[in-house]
Amino acid sequence: MTETILATYGITKSFGALKASNDISIDLRPGEIHAIIGPNGAGKSTLIGQICGSLAPDAGRVELMGQDVTTLSTDQRARAGLGRTFQISALAMEDTVLENATLGAMGASGRPWRFWSAALGDRSLRARAEAALERVGLADHKTKRCADLSHGQRRQLEVAVALTLEPKAFVMDEPMAGLGAEGSKNLTGFLDSLRQEAPILLVEHDMDAVFALADRISVLVYGEVIATGSVDQIRSDPRVREAYLGESA
Amino acid sequence: MSTILIIEQVLNGLQSGVMLFLMAAGLTLIFGVMGLINLAHGSLYMVGAFAAAAVAGVTGSFVLALIAALAAAALAGAVIEVAVIRRLYDSDHLDQVLATFALILIFSEGTRWVFGSFPLFLDIPDALSGPVTLPGGIQYPLYRLALIGVGLLVAFGLWLLIERTRIGIQIRAGENDREMIAALGVDISKLYTLVFALGAALAGLAGALVGAIQSVQVGMGEPVLILAFVVIVIGGIGSIKGAFIGALLVGLTDTLVGIFLPEVLKLFMDAAPATSAGSSIASMSIYILMSLVLIWRPSGLFGARA
Amino acid sequence: MSRETLFNAALLLGLIAVPAWAVMTDEPFTITLATRAVILALAAAGLNIALGIGGLVSLGHAVFFGIGGYAMGILAHHAQSYTPLMEWPFLIEGTKFMPLIWLLAIVVSALVALVIGILSLRTTGAYFIMITLAFGQMFYYFAISWSTYGGEDGMSIYVRNDFPGLNTLAPIQFYGLCLAILVVVLVFSARLRRSPFGLALNAARQVPARVEAVGMDPMRLKLVAFVISGVITGLAGALFADLNRFVSPTMFSWQFSGEIMILVILGGVGRLFGPVAGAVTFVALEHFLGGITEFWHIFLGLILLAVVLFARGGITGLVAGKEATHD
Repeated sequence: MTETILATYGITKSFGALKASNDISIDLRPGEIHAIIGPNGAGKSTLIGQICGSLAPDAGRVELMGQDVTTLSTDQRARAGLGRTFQISALAMEDTVLENATLGAMGASGRPWRFWSAALGDRSLRARAEAALERVGLADHKTKRCADLSHGQRRQLEVAVALTLEPKAFVMDEPMAGLGAEGSKNLTGFLDSLRQEAPILLVEHDMDAVFALADRISVLVYGEVIATGSVDQIRSDPRVREAYLGESA
Repeated sequence: MSTILIIEQVLNGLQSGVMLFLMAAGLTLIFGVMGLINLAHGSLYMVGAFAAAAVAGVTGSFVLALIAALAAAALAGAVIEVAVIRRLYDSDHLDQVLATFALILIFSEGTRWVFGSFPLFLDIPDALSGPVTLPGGIQYPLYRLALIGVGLLVAFGLWLLIERTRIGIQIRAGENDREMIAALGVDISKLYTLVFALGAALAGLAGALVGAIQSVQVGMGEPVLILAFVVIVIGGIGSIKGAFIGALLVGLTDTLVGIFLPEVLKLFMDAAPATSAGSSIASMSIYILMSLVLIWRPSGLFGARA
Repeated sequence: MSRETLFNAALLLGLIAVPAWAVMTDEPFTITLATRAVILALAAAGLNIALGIGGLVSLGHAVFFGIGGYAMGILAHHAQSYTPLMEWPFLIEGTKFMPLIWLLAIVVSALVALVIGILSLRTTGAYFIMITLAFGQMFYYFAISWSTYGGEDGMSIYVRNDFPGLNTLAPIQFYGLCLAILVVVLVFSARLRRSPFGLALNAARQVPARVEAVGMDPMRLKLVAFVISGVITGLAGALFADLNRFVSPTMFSWQFSGEIMILVILGGVGRLFGPVAGAVTFVALEHFLGGITEFWHIFLGLILLAVVLFARGGITGLVAGKEATHD
């Protein structure tokens, strides 16, 4: 079954009496953007945690490229080809933009166990990092410290670091968070082109972006996927309207 | 090996355990409520012991000595909380470690300046001196038995304070949510000073009580402080219950292994190397215990985080 | 050149000029003081890798210092008493040969750092501090109870150990050896900071989640940093023992762990030459303040408080400005 790049099979996770994930099976196919939407507290973060490896599911499994990765750690999954972005930018604030991007290139290209040669002096690492920065439009800010970047630039860098991994699949946790209209539009255009490189599992609150980008949408409510389908199907699904759109309106 | 010896050593272990609890309870409370790691807690133990020894030297009264120990340690605690510690609540652990380490230097050298380098002695009060005969004909020092009693009493009092009083409710709320409690109109900085002084008073009490069976000298607090850290690592940071169980475990392990391991080793080897190897291993026993707990439960037996 | 670079160059120049001057004016005690400063700087340079880059607040680095010291003490003790270290399963003799002593110090420090690191890195924050402190105390008590090697009294070594081509009994030659090692370690630290490992470790301190997400294990990075750090401090311990020709359990004491940390902080945490600035300042304070009052630790405490509360960058920060330079 090479049609799915990333898939979960019946993953379930409880915190005490609360079922944060209840028998969730979703998949990500080549070339698509699969959006996960749902009201606050629906269990989106828990789901991402289990896919990326920071949380262990109570039951079910996660597969990447047909390989069972359920017991792999976060860093092992990243090396296996999972590139993620964080809802709240997780960047080394004291370091420069280029250093942050190089970090991603390093992780992907094997092990960081070199103690003598300069990281930024490594041509292949640097090329990879610079290419990613170029693509998100941060090439002119390479030597800036991360702490000095604007919020929007940090969001771009967040995506660039994931790009340096050259992953098989992206998992993006609210990449649009805190971006203005202009920023959202730009990033939407960029993600649109990115799906051909690797499919994207997109958790996003910005509905304009979701409806513009998603090939498929899954709706998560109280830890359960209540519907999966195309944008039109989801828009017209009465259960979705009731549980999600009705609630947020 | 006689039953009498075993019972005696168990009592010794309990006694050192409950005294450790007095130290660990204050430390863990301060950490739980304020998020502060306080290396100077051992200095407060020392302050209590010195205050007790000085007052007992002048008045001859053990009761006055204990009151002086409580008062001096609480006062010292309140002063350093206001002058230094409260600037550190929002700092990282590194700053807390350094600033409280600096306080140790100041307290230790200051005490040496005032009292000199020679140890002071604090006598056990007459009413509590001498042995008492326990059921089964075991002779045991009355004072040590009294220490166990006092320790258990304080543990119970602390439990009452935290579970049953307004202050306790505020302390528990403060552990969970600083903003919330401030929003409820509780003066958070007063509460913090109070908690710190309470922890300090417990340390001072322990210093005075133990000072009567050991010598009172500069630097007496830090070995106890480190043992209290071991207790907290075992029990789980912020948990009074964990501190109690951990303290008893450490007290018993330290005492029993030190006495019995050489005896056990003598069954297998010559007496001299058995004694030497036994005491070497015994000196490491509580740290081995700590390592085992770490492997099994990194956040301690009753730690909050899983 | 940035002000920090100039400051560092001035420090290094001072470490060459002052002892040279002391040789000319025949002041061997000044050389001994300088040697002490250089060795303490080396110990602190070790901690600076774990603490400054990796953010590991280890309050147990005296363990490695003590291990280095006892490696020297034990080997030299057996060499001077002509008794073998062990006879079974194979014969090991003592030695007075410094490189061999250093090798033992390095290997044992690395192994111990690995074990302590694996255990204490299971936790973070305040737990890590308490646990490293506790392990330090464990070694301290172990050394006290280890009667074969002097127990509480420690061991004296009558003659300083040998290094090929040098007369280590001449203070300036031993000083030169120590300074050379310090320079090698500082060069290594400077390279390490810019290396892939240094970059990853630096990020693991700031955002472990990011490091994981790009395929590296932050805990393993920190563990390796802890081992490197311990090895350097262990080497410093072996040299320190040779300087004093004496080892005792106080090398393992928690006070000493605290002092190594003070050196790093006084100089400026995470700065390449911070440990050097800190150690020179510390030894100078100890010498001059200690000459004025027996209670100079009070003033050390006050200075430390002032640094923590008001001058976060330490001495290097005061001289060279707040932030470490980036290029």
